[in-house]
Amino acid sequence: MENKEALVNYCLRIGDSSLVLAQRLAEWCSNGPMLEEDIALTNISLDLFGQSRMLYNYIAELNGKGETEDSIAFGRNERAFYNVLLSERPNGHFGDTIVRGLLVDAFNFHFYTQLQNSKNETLAAFAEKSLKEVTYHLRHSSEWVVRLGDGTEESKEKVQASLNDLWKYTDDLFEMNEDDIVLVADGIAIDLTAIKPLWLETVTSVVKRATLTLPENGYMHKGSRKAVHSEYLGHLLCDMQYLQRAYPDAKW
Amino acid sequence: MTAEENIWKLLEEVPDPEIPVISIIDLGVVRTVTVNNDEVVIEITSTYSGCPATDVFIADIQSKLQENDFRNVEVKMKFSPAWTTDWLTENARIKLREYGIAPPEDELDKSVLFAKQVVVPCPRCSSKNTKLKSQFGSTACKSLYQCNDCHEPFDYFKCLK
Ligand SMILES: [Zn+2]
Repeated sequence: MENKEALVNYCLRIGDSSLVLAQRLAEWCSNGPMLEEDIALTNISLDLFGQSRMLYNYIAELNGKGETEDSIAFGRNERAFYNVLLSERPNGHFGDTIVRGLLVDAFNFHFYTQLQNSKNETLAAFAEKSLKEVTYHLRHSSEWVVRLGDGTEESKEKVQASLNDLWKYTDDLFEMNEDDIVLVADGIAIDLTAIKPLWLETVTSVVKRATLTLPENGYMHKGSRKAVHSEYLGHLLCDMQYLQRAYPDAKW
Repeated sequence: MTAEENIWKLLEEVPDPEIPVISIIDLGVVRTVTVNNDEVVIEITSTYSGCPATDVFIADIQSKLQENDFRNVEVKMKFSPAWTTDWLTENARIKLREYGIAPPEDELDKSVLFAKQVVVPCPRCSSKNTKLKSQFGSTACKSLYQCNDCHEPFDYFKCLK
């Protein structure tokens, strides 16, 4: 296959973003603000784990070097992870998690909507399946943003601060590199510059409804396309990879 | 009966691990069964990507067929077309309701954001006066409702299209 390396990198980008956010959301397990939300956040986490597994299995198949979904998830260091920076942001309080959810879910929703038309059949099928799940995630996060934003004075102040803080990582969602350019030309990847206005429209409509204010575009953190991360990713991976690193090839 | 027909019948005896009143056939996850000499290939489509039941029912399919002398069985995942609740059989809908789980309703409001909530009748008392408590329930495929009349909480097998 042509451009295999670009395709593998592209799949890593999507799979890593899902895996890292799934791991973050799993940290809410038994720590949710109420039982229903504990279950909701971990259910979303489970969907994302499933999505990353599909891509890691596909990568293993593409590479054909005896890798497995587990070796890909547990065998790489942080400088080999291409997840978007938002996915590794710490959970913070419930409002922080919800706002991070909205920003990522709105991106995933529009991204998977377009990726369904990819000329790569595996990616198109993956997108079709993921879109159904992500639609529920987006409903969940947007309804909570409205509830908190248009809630009490305190909840409004808190989620506005979450939004202002997380906004700095949103440009990173749309970063493209040589792999994208090659794959967009082949009709396999999605041109993210076309996704951005759609994403902004969705986010803006939720923010308005929540009586919040859209932050000004100031300094933006980027770098995930080059696998340059904040200090948080290393800690997250330590936690996630510990068992497989300490007892290589441990099985259930 | 051909070997294929025999296998479809046997698979009706494999329960969904999380909702044991319905079979994996009722659930609509078995897409194709092909027998070539001794080789059996079964294609399945999982409900939700991360559904932990998937690994369980792959093992259950294997052991069910082994018990019935099909020794060479391969279970493959088929991702497209994606599973939809339209594939639940009519039988599944009846059994779900009897079990206390409201079967999926056609969700007419297709708007992604702030869609009007669908009316889900209570599986116990049939009241339409129910409310959504959480979009995510005890498993990935369900959300949590409560009946305003009999006050019982219940699971709703959410619509996935
Ligand atoms: Zn009732």
